[in-house]
Amino acid sequence: MLTCKEFLAELSDFLDEATDREIKAKLESHIAECPNCFVICDTTKKTISVYKGMKSCTIPEDVHVRLMAAVERKIAANQKIAATQKV
Amino acid sequence: MNLHASGAGNSYGYYPMLASTANAWENGKSAQMATESISLAPAEEISEETRAELELVSRARSGDATAFGALIRPYEARIFRLAMSITQNREDAEDVLQEAFLKAFEHLEQFQGNSKFYTWIVRIAVNQALMKLRKRKSDRSVSLDEQIDTGEDTVIREIAAWDPDPEQRYSQDEMHSILTEAIDELAPIYRTVFTLRDVDGLSTEETADALELSVPAVKSRLLRARLQLRDKLTRFFKRKGDNAFAYM
Repeated sequence: MLTCKEFLAELSDFLDEATDREIKAKLESHIAECPNCFVICDTTKKTISVYKGMKSCTIPEDVHVRLMAAVERKIAANQKIAATQKV
Repeated sequence: MNLHASGAGNSYGYYPMLASTANAWENGKSAQMATESISLAPAEEISEETRAELELVSRARSGDATAFGALIRPYEARIFRLAMSITQNREDAEDVLQEAFLKAFEHLEQFQGNSKFYTWIVRIAVNQALMKLRKRKSDRSVSLDEQIDTGEDTVIREIAAWDPDPEQRYSQDEMHSILTEAIDELAPIYRTVFTLRDVDGLSTEETADALELSVPAVKSRLLRARLQLRDKLTRFFKRKGDNAFAYM
Protein backbone atom coordinates (compact mmCIF):
# COMPACT_ATOMS: atom_id res chain seq x y z
CA MET A 1 0.00 0.00 0.00
CA LEU A 2 1.12 3.54 -0.72
CA THR A 3 2.22 5.78 2.12
CA CYS A 4 0.33 9.03 2.73
CA LYS A 5 3.32 10.96 1.41
CA GLU A 6 3.31 8.94 -1.82
CA PHE A 7 -0.42 9.49 -2.10
CA LEU A 8 -0.04 13.27 -1.72
CA ALA A 9 2.69 13.36 -4.36
CA GLU A 10 0.22 11.90 -6.87
CA LEU A 11 -2.84 13.81 -5.68
CA SER A 12 -2.88 16.49 -8.38
CA ASP A 13 -2.56 13.98 -11.22
CA PHE A 14 -5.21 11.82 -9.55
CA LEU A 15 -7.65 14.74 -9.38
CA ASP A 16 -6.83 15.70 -12.97
CA GLU A 17 -7.37 12.06 -14.01
CA ALA A 18 -3.87 12.06 -15.42
CA THR A 19 -2.56 8.90 -13.75
CA ASP A 20 -2.25 5.55 -15.45
CA ARG A 21 -4.61 2.74 -14.50
CA GLU A 22 -2.19 0.94 -12.19
CA ILE A 23 -1.35 4.05 -10.13
CA LYS A 24 -5.01 5.06 -10.05
CA ALA A 25 -5.94 1.70 -8.53
CA LYS A 26 -3.26 2.10 -5.86
CA LEU A 27 -4.45 5.62 -5.03
CA GLU A 28 -8.07 4.50 -4.81
CA SER A 29 -7.07 1.65 -2.58
CA HIS A 30 -5.15 4.07 -0.34
CA ILE A 31 -8.07 6.47 0.18
CA ALA A 32 -10.42 3.58 0.84
CA GLU A 33 -8.32 2.73 3.86
CA CYS A 34 -6.96 6.11 4.97
CA PRO A 35 -9.59 8.55 6.28
CA ASN A 36 -7.12 11.45 6.44
CA CYS A 37 -6.13 11.14 2.79
CA PHE A 38 -9.77 10.64 1.83
CA VAL A 39 -10.62 14.01 3.45
CA ILE A 40 -7.61 15.74 1.91
CA CYS A 41 -8.52 14.38 -1.50
CA ASP A 42 -12.17 15.36 -1.18
CA THR A 43 -11.50 18.88 0.14
CA THR A 44 -8.77 19.55 -2.44
CA LYS A 45 -11.23 18.54 -5.14
CA LYS A 46 -13.76 21.00 -3.69
CA THR A 47 -11.07 23.69 -3.50
CA ILE A 48 -10.46 23.37 -7.24
CA SER A 49 -14.18 23.34 -7.86
CA VAL A 50 -14.95 26.57 -5.94
CA TYR A 51 -12.17 28.42 -7.74
CA LYS A 52 -13.33 27.20 -11.15
CA GLY A 53 -16.51 29.19 -10.66
CA MET A 54 -14.69 32.32 -9.55
CA LYS A 55 -15.50 35.35 -11.66
CA SER A 56 -12.80 37.55 -13.17
CA CYS A 57 -12.51 40.95 -11.61
CA THR A 58 -13.97 43.70 -13.72
CA ILE A 59 -11.75 46.30 -15.28
CA PRO A 60 -12.83 49.90 -15.71
CA GLU A 61 -14.12 50.69 -19.20
CA ASP A 62 -11.66 53.57 -19.52
CA VAL A 63 -8.75 51.08 -19.38
CA HIS A 64 -10.02 49.49 -22.61
CA VAL A 65 -10.72 52.91 -24.14
CA ARG A 66 -7.22 54.18 -23.34
CA LEU A 67 -5.70 51.01 -24.74
CA MET A 68 -7.61 51.29 -28.01
CA ALA A 69 -6.63 54.96 -28.29
CA ALA A 70 -2.97 53.93 -27.93
CA VAL A 71 -3.42 51.23 -30.59
CA GLU A 72 -4.94 53.74 -32.98
CA ARG A 73 -2.08 56.17 -32.37
CA LYS A 74 0.32 53.33 -33.15
CA ILE A 75 -1.50 52.52 -36.39
CA ALA A 76 -1.45 56.20 -37.41
CA ALA A 77 2.28 56.40 -36.68
CA ASN A 78 2.94 53.25 -38.73
CA GLN A 79 0.94 54.62 -41.64
CA LYS A 80 2.89 57.89 -41.46
CA ILE A 81 6.18 56.01 -41.57
CA ALA A 82 4.97 53.90 -44.51
CA ALA A 83 3.88 57.03 -46.40
CA THR A 84 7.25 58.72 -45.77
CA GLN A 85 9.09 55.64 -47.03
CA LYS A 86 7.06 55.67 -50.26
CA VAL A 87 8.06 59.27 -50.89
CA MET B 1 14.33 24.07 -17.41
CA ASN B 2 15.41 23.58 -13.85
CA LEU B 3 14.17 26.63 -12.03
CA HIS B 4 15.29 25.35 -8.66
CA ALA B 5 18.86 25.34 -9.87
CA SER B 6 18.83 28.38 -12.09
CA GLY B 7 16.88 30.55 -9.66
CA ALA B 8 19.19 30.26 -6.72
CA GLY B 9 20.73 33.48 -5.61
CA ASN B 10 19.51 35.86 -8.29
CA SER B 11 17.30 38.82 -7.66
CA TYR B 12 14.25 37.44 -9.40
CA GLY B 13 13.51 34.65 -6.96
CA TYR B 14 10.50 32.87 -8.30
CA TYR B 15 10.82 33.67 -11.96
CA PRO B 16 14.44 33.34 -12.95
CA MET B 17 13.87 32.20 -16.52
CA LEU B 18 11.06 34.64 -17.06
CA ALA B 19 13.18 37.40 -15.66
CA SER B 20 15.84 36.62 -18.26
CA THR B 21 13.13 36.80 -20.88
CA ALA B 22 12.07 40.15 -19.48
CA ASN B 23 15.63 41.36 -19.91
CA ALA B 24 15.58 40.20 -23.50
CA TRP B 25 12.43 42.21 -24.13
CA GLU B 26 14.17 45.25 -22.75
CA ASN B 27 17.23 44.62 -24.86
CA GLY B 28 15.24 44.61 -28.04
CA LYS B 29 15.35 40.87 -28.54
CA SER B 30 11.64 40.48 -28.01
CA ALA B 31 11.02 39.53 -31.61
CA GLN B 32 13.26 36.52 -31.31
CA MET B 33 11.88 35.50 -27.93
CA ALA B 34 8.24 35.51 -28.90
CA THR B 35 8.42 34.19 -32.44
CA GLU B 36 6.29 31.12 -33.00
CA SER B 37 8.40 28.78 -35.06
CA ILE B 38 6.06 25.85 -35.65
CA SER B 39 3.75 25.90 -38.63
CA LEU B 40 -0.01 25.98 -38.30
CA ALA B 41 -1.88 22.82 -37.44
CA PRO B 42 -3.61 21.11 -40.38
CA ALA B 43 -6.80 22.96 -41.33
CA GLU B 44 -9.13 20.20 -40.13
CA GLU B 45 -7.69 20.42 -36.58
CA ILE B 46 -8.44 24.12 -36.17
CA SER B 47 -11.64 24.86 -34.24
CA GLU B 48 -14.15 27.46 -35.41
CA GLU B 49 -13.17 29.64 -32.48
CA THR B 50 -9.48 29.52 -33.40
CA ARG B 51 -10.28 30.14 -37.04
CA ALA B 52 -12.30 33.26 -36.11
CA GLU B 53 -9.46 34.39 -33.86
CA LEU B 54 -6.87 33.93 -36.61
CA GLU B 55 -9.07 35.97 -38.93
CA LEU B 56 -9.09 38.79 -36.35
CA VAL B 57 -5.31 38.49 -36.00
CA SER B 58 -4.94 38.79 -39.74
CA ARG B 59 -7.16 41.88 -39.92
CA ALA B 60 -5.44 43.46 -36.91
CA ARG B 61 -2.04 42.91 -38.54
CA SER B 62 -3.16 44.93 -41.52
CA GLY B 63 -3.99 47.84 -39.19
CA ASP B 64 -7.63 47.18 -38.28
CA ALA B 65 -7.95 48.52 -34.72
CA THR B 66 -11.54 47.30 -34.38
CA ALA B 67 -10.44 43.74 -35.13
CA PHE B 68 -7.70 44.03 -32.53
CA GLY B 69 -10.24 45.31 -30.02
CA ALA B 70 -12.50 42.32 -30.71
CA LEU B 71 -9.50 39.97 -30.47
CA ILE B 72 -8.43 41.10 -27.01
CA ARG B 73 -11.81 41.87 -25.47
CA PRO B 74 -12.47 38.29 -24.21
CA TYR B 75 -9.08 38.19 -22.51
CA GLU B 76 -8.84 41.59 -20.82
CA ALA B 77 -10.37 40.60 -17.49
CA ARG B 78 -8.31 37.40 -17.31
CA ILE B 79 -5.07 39.20 -18.15
CA PHE B 80 -5.94 41.81 -15.55
CA ARG B 81 -6.48 39.10 -12.93
CA LEU B 82 -3.16 37.51 -13.87
CA ALA B 83 -1.38 40.89 -13.66
CA MET B 84 -3.00 41.45 -10.26
CA SER B 85 -1.83 38.03 -9.12
CA ILE B 86 1.77 38.97 -9.88
CA THR B 87 1.88 42.67 -9.03
CA GLN B 88 -0.69 42.65 -6.20
CA ASN B 89 -1.43 46.24 -7.09
CA ARG B 90 -4.39 47.50 -9.12
CA GLU B 91 -2.60 50.46 -10.69
CA ASP B 92 0.34 48.32 -11.77
CA ALA B 93 -2.01 45.65 -13.09
CA GLU B 94 -3.77 48.24 -15.26
CA ASP B 95 -0.40 49.39 -16.61
CA VAL B 96 0.60 45.79 -17.31
CA LEU B 97 -2.65 45.20 -19.16
CA GLN B 98 -2.07 48.26 -21.35
CA GLU B 99 1.59 47.52 -21.98
CA ALA B 100 1.04 43.83 -22.70
CA PHE B 101 -1.70 44.36 -25.26
CA LEU B 102 0.14 47.21 -26.91
CA LYS B 103 3.26 45.06 -27.13
CA ALA B 104 1.16 42.22 -28.54
CA PHE B 105 -0.20 44.55 -31.19
CA GLU B 106 3.29 45.72 -32.12
CA HIS B 107 4.54 42.14 -32.44
CA LEU B 108 1.41 40.57 -33.88
CA GLU B 109 3.27 39.34 -36.96
CA GLN B 110 5.15 36.96 -34.66
CA PHE B 111 2.01 35.14 -33.61
CA GLN B 112 1.59 32.29 -36.07
CA GLY B 113 -1.24 30.42 -34.44
CA ASN B 114 0.52 27.29 -33.25
CA SER B 115 -0.41 28.06 -29.66
CA LYS B 116 -3.56 29.69 -28.35
CA PHE B 117 -3.61 33.46 -28.68
CA TYR B 118 -4.36 33.61 -24.96
CA THR B 119 -1.22 31.61 -24.09
CA TRP B 120 0.84 33.95 -26.25
CA ILE B 121 -0.67 37.01 -24.58
CA VAL B 122 -0.12 35.48 -21.13
CA ARG B 123 3.58 35.10 -21.86
CA ILE B 124 3.86 38.76 -22.81
CA ALA B 125 1.76 39.89 -19.83
CA VAL B 126 3.82 37.86 -17.36
CA ASN B 127 7.00 39.42 -18.71
CA GLN B 128 5.51 42.91 -18.48
CA ALA B 129 4.38 42.23 -14.91
CA LEU B 130 7.85 41.03 -13.95
CA MET B 131 9.44 44.10 -15.45
CA LYS B 132 7.03 46.17 -13.40
CA LEU B 133 8.15 44.33 -10.26
CA ARG B 134 11.79 44.81 -11.13
CA LYS B 135 11.25 48.54 -11.50
CA ARG B 136 9.88 48.76 -8.00
CA LYS B 137 12.20 46.20 -6.43
CA SER B 138 13.17 48.71 -3.76
CA ASP B 139 9.57 48.34 -2.60
CA ARG B 140 9.83 45.90 0.29
CA SER B 141 6.18 44.92 -0.03
CA VAL B 142 7.18 42.65 -2.91
CA SER B 143 9.78 40.08 -2.11
CA LEU B 144 11.52 38.67 -5.11
CA ASP B 145 14.42 37.32 -3.16
CA GLU B 146 12.42 34.65 -1.45
CA GLN B 147 13.74 31.20 -2.30
CA ILE B 148 11.48 28.58 -3.78
CA ASP B 149 10.60 26.16 -1.03
CA THR B 150 11.78 22.83 -2.34
CA GLY B 151 10.97 21.00 0.88
CA GLU B 152 9.02 17.83 0.47
CA ASP B 153 6.84 18.49 3.47
CA THR B 154 3.59 19.54 1.95
CA VAL B 155 1.62 21.92 4.10
CA ILE B 156 -1.18 20.02 5.82
CA ARG B 157 -2.17 21.79 9.00
CA GLU B 158 -5.73 20.73 9.39
CA ILE B 159 -7.80 17.84 8.17
CA ALA B 160 -11.53 18.22 8.53
CA ALA B 161 -14.41 17.33 6.29
CA TRP B 162 -16.20 20.25 4.66
CA ASP B 163 -19.87 21.01 4.34
CA PRO B 164 -21.24 19.33 1.24
CA ASP B 165 -22.01 22.77 -0.23
CA PRO B 166 -19.71 25.24 1.53
CA GLU B 167 -20.79 28.03 -0.83
CA GLN B 168 -24.27 27.99 0.72
CA ARG B 169 -22.93 29.32 3.99
CA TYR B 170 -21.77 32.61 2.49
CA SER B 171 -23.13 35.30 0.20
CA GLN B 172 -21.55 35.66 -3.25
CA ASP B 173 -19.56 38.70 -2.10
CA GLU B 174 -18.34 36.92 1.04
CA MET B 175 -17.32 33.90 -1.03
CA HIS B 176 -15.42 36.11 -3.43
CA SER B 177 -13.56 37.79 -0.55
CA ILE B 178 -12.68 34.44 1.05
CA LEU B 179 -11.35 33.02 -2.21
CA THR B 180 -9.45 36.20 -3.11
CA GLU B 181 -7.86 36.54 0.32
CA ALA B 182 -6.77 32.91 0.34
CA ILE B 183 -5.20 33.10 -3.10
CA ASP B 184 -3.50 36.41 -2.28
CA GLU B 185 -1.73 34.72 0.64
CA LEU B 186 0.03 32.28 -1.70
CA ALA B 187 3.59 32.94 -2.84
CA PRO B 188 3.59 34.57 -6.32
CA ILE B 189 4.70 31.53 -8.29
CA TYR B 190 2.03 29.31 -6.73
CA ARG B 191 -0.59 32.00 -7.21
CA THR B 192 0.25 32.46 -10.89
CA VAL B 193 0.37 28.75 -11.68
CA PHE B 194 -2.91 28.12 -9.84
CA THR B 195 -4.63 31.09 -11.52
CA LEU B 196 -3.66 29.94 -15.01
CA ARG B 197 -4.25 26.24 -14.45
CA ASP B 198 -7.29 26.03 -12.19
CA VAL B 199 -9.06 29.38 -12.49
CA ASP B 200 -8.43 30.13 -16.18
CA GLY B 201 -8.51 26.46 -17.14
CA LEU B 202 -5.30 26.23 -19.16
CA SER B 203 -3.82 22.75 -19.48
CA THR B 204 -0.64 21.89 -17.61
CA GLU B 205 1.29 22.09 -20.89
CA GLU B 206 -0.19 25.47 -21.79
CA THR B 207 0.61 26.80 -18.32
CA ALA B 208 4.18 25.53 -18.65
CA ASP B 209 4.44 27.16 -22.07
CA ALA B 210 3.02 30.49 -20.89
CA LEU B 211 5.27 30.68 -17.83
CA GLU B 212 8.29 29.11 -19.53
CA LEU B 213 8.46 26.43 -16.87
CA SER B 214 8.86 22.69 -17.31
CA VAL B 215 5.75 20.51 -16.97
CA PRO B 216 7.09 18.87 -13.76
CA ALA B 217 7.75 22.34 -12.30
CA VAL B 218 4.16 23.40 -13.05
CA LYS B 219 2.84 20.18 -11.53
CA SER B 220 4.81 20.52 -8.33
CA ARG B 221 3.81 24.18 -7.88
CA LEU B 222 0.21 23.39 -8.67
CA LEU B 223 0.09 20.63 -6.07
CA ARG B 224 1.48 22.92 -3.40
CA ALA B 225 -0.86 25.74 -4.39
CA ARG B 226 -3.89 23.45 -4.25
CA LEU B 227 -2.94 22.01 -0.88
CA GLN B 228 -2.18 25.40 0.62
CA LEU B 229 -5.50 26.78 -0.57
CA ARG B 230 -7.31 23.72 0.72
CA ASP B 231 -5.71 24.33 4.08
CA LYS B 232 -6.72 28.01 4.12
CA LEU B 233 -10.29 27.32 3.01
CA THR B 234 -10.76 24.59 5.62
CA ARG B 235 -10.91 27.37 8.22
CA PHE B 236 -14.10 28.63 6.57
CA PHE B 237 -15.69 25.54 5.10
CA LYS B 238 -15.16 22.76 7.64
CA ARG B 239 -18.26 20.98 8.78
CA LYS B 240 -19.55 22.43 12.01
CA GLY B 241 -19.04 20.17 15.02
CA ASP B 242 -16.16 18.24 13.45
CA ASN B 243 -12.91 18.15 15.33
CA ALA B 244 -9.81 18.55 13.27
CA PHE B 245 -7.34 15.77 13.79
CA ALA B 246 -3.64 15.89 13.21
CA TYR B 247 -2.14 14.62 10.03
CA MET B 248 -0.12 11.47 10.52
